[in-house]
Amino acid sequence: MTSTPRWLRILDYITATIFMAAIGMVFFYAPTEALMGAVQRVFYFHVASGWVGMLGFLAAAVAGVFYLKTERRLWDIIGFSAVEIGIVFVFITIVTGSIWARPVWNTWWTWDPRLTTAAIMELIYVAYIMLRQGIEDPDRRARYGAVYAIVGVASVPLTFLSARLFRTIHPIVVGSDPSSTLGGFDMTPRMLQTFLFSLLTFTFVFADLLWRRVRLGILADKVEQLKMKRME
Amino acid sequence: MIEVRHLVKRFGVKTVFKGLDFHVQSGEFVVILGPNGAGKTTFLRILASLSRPTSGEVRIYGYAIPGQTSAIRRRLGVVSHQPLLYDNLSALENLHFYGNMYGVPNLESRVKEVLELVGLYQRRRDLVRTFSRGMQQRLAIGRAVLHDPQVMLFDEPHTGLDQEASLMLDAILREVAARGRTVVMTSHDLTRAAELASRIDVLSKGMIVASVPREDIEPDQLAGFYRQAISETSS
Amino acid sequence: MSDGITPKTIFDDSPRHDPGGAVKVYFRSIAAIIWKDLSMELRSRELLSAMLVFALLAILIFNFAMELDVKIRSTVTAGVLWSTFAFAGTLGLNRSMAIEKDRGCLDGLLLAPVDRSAIFFGKAVGNLVFMILVEMIVLPVYSVLYNVNLFHWGFLLILFLGSLGYTAVGTLLASMAIHTRTRDVLLPILLFPVVIPVLMAAVKASNGFLQGLAMIEIMPWINILIVYDVIFTALAFVVFDFVVEE
Repeated sequence: MTSTPRWLRILDYITATIFMAAIGMVFFYAPTEALMGAVQRVFYFHVASGWVGMLGFLAAAVAGVFYLKTERRLWDIIGFSAVEIGIVFVFITIVTGSIWARPVWNTWWTWDPRLTTAAIMELIYVAYIMLRQGIEDPDRRARYGAVYAIVGVASVPLTFLSARLFRTIHPIVVGSDPSSTLGGFDMTPRMLQTFLFSLLTFTFVFADLLWRRVRLGILADKVEQLKMKRME
Repeated sequence: MIEVRHLVKRFGVKTVFKGLDFHVQSGEFVVILGPNGAGKTTFLRILASLSRPTSGEVRIYGYAIPGQTSAIRRRLGVVSHQPLLYDNLSALENLHFYGNMYGVPNLESRVKEVLELVGLYQRRRDLVRTFSRGMQQRLAIGRAVLHDPQVMLFDEPHTGLDQEASLMLDAILREVAARGRTVVMTSHDLTRAAELASRIDVLSKGMIVASVPREDIEPDQLAGFYRQAISETSS
Repeated sequence: MSDGITPKTIFDDSPRHDPGGAVKVYFRSIAAIIWKDLSMELRSRELLSAMLVFALLAILIFNFAMELDVKIRSTVTAGVLWSTFAFAGTLGLNRSMAIEKDRGCLDGLLLAPVDRSAIFFGKAVGNLVFMILVEMIVLPVYSVLYNVNLFHWGFLLILFLGSLGYTAVGTLLASMAIHTRTRDVLLPILLFPVVIPVLMAAVKASNGFLQGLAMIEIMPWINILIVYDVIFTALAFVVFDFVVEE
């Protein structure tokens, strides 16, 4: 546990390399979109961040289920690590989205289903952190964290569904008809490649950060244990 | 009756018990002595299936904790620090409520019996919040014996009681023991322990550091024995 | 007093098994918890009166904040009412758990030989009853004040479905919030982000009924409410053990 495991180091290098490559692709490989111009390039990392935000949420809920089943501290550490990473990336998604929305929709924010869901997801994350901070007993903290992560994840699809029943102006780029909403566009092959590569890159970023954060959590536990031993 | 083998209980990284062993035969009256923070309350909470052991085996009546806790709870009566009563219900209503939770048969007559037993029948329609601490404790004992448990756990039951209430509690404790019920009680009152117990255990630093049958020790030697048992672990 | 203690009355050695089966005990426990909460509340009326006054004040504030004139009223009535119920509801949820926690009574419940989910259902149904009682008093008041008839079967159905989902999640989260340092402050923060689908669907569906929309337009919202109620009641049933145990 003292030195970084070999595979983690390899993951660091891979992540750093493909991240640089992804930046390169976004700025130089992908063509400039005709109507929106350069600001459209924010789209690649915007969606990828949102993807990581959801991944963090899902990982926290899955870790929660495993924690409740096994009561192993490791699952708890994975759970709150995933939430911390998720919080940052949902925030990035919201900020990049606003940067894009300002020129295209002429507003920083609208109550579109995706925006609404992202904002509520962020609030659930924040509530999760506040819940944990209010509990002294580490076992109870872990259990409540797990339960809240599961409840949170179960509510998000319904939130999205409800928000969607209101009219949407968000471009649905992947999947159905893109031309019906303002800001939608058809992806050229190069755009699609850049987009998929960004998703892959951010998945690596997520894995790398999660591993690092979990290691930190385990080390923090060890420090606590050593402190306890000294006190005895 | 009660078998605890290699009990480990951790709160996060803090370890309260690391491999505690504890056995009680049917009909024994065990008093657990120990300084504050030794883990007495935690230990009773584990026996009462209110707190789950991290590892190790805990069996009461052959039923395991965790797992078969419902079967255990049906045979268990618990008196804790707090009376576990509702302030805004009368004595009668409190016992009725708990009687229904335990599925006590012939509830009406049993509740009357218990109220008479703890000397609160006259005040049965009064709200618990109007009761003195001693009366609340008496009703708490009534609540604990309502379903006629085989094993009773008392967590420092004398705390905060006046002389009269203490004597009444002692009488009930003796009666419980005489009826062949198994009792585990925590206390830091050495004299009471000497009077009531059939066996005295000392819990310190999450370990049972000493255990003597009542007959093997003179009441006046108990204090010395207790101090010695504690000091051996704290050095 | 000591003469009251005769050996025979403390313990007669006859077995005291439950007369009915496990299922019967389960439902009797649920009923006992509901009865206990209701009779305590009927005696003190602390909670109901607090929720009620709070709800009426909220409507008063909405009245001035939004100038509820005839035109606006028809579209915002459901929103005003549901916001009011959501906020007033947290008072009830907090209080209902505080009663169990403050004097250690939760331990008393946990010591009973019934499945822990019986405690959840008992508390949740009690909370639901309180919530519906408050709604049943606020509705006629609102109807009189603003001259709208709210006693439409559809509106009442939504009221029930919405309150059901709200109290199911609310009871679960309140039993977590009560164990934290911030307690009552935390409950709305935990509850509101996950209960938003209920509020959205309830507001939309109630509005639909008030404005006389066709059922086909209201059905999706009712479906969301039903799905939410089923999922979260089941989920709370499964995880409640982990919330109350140590």
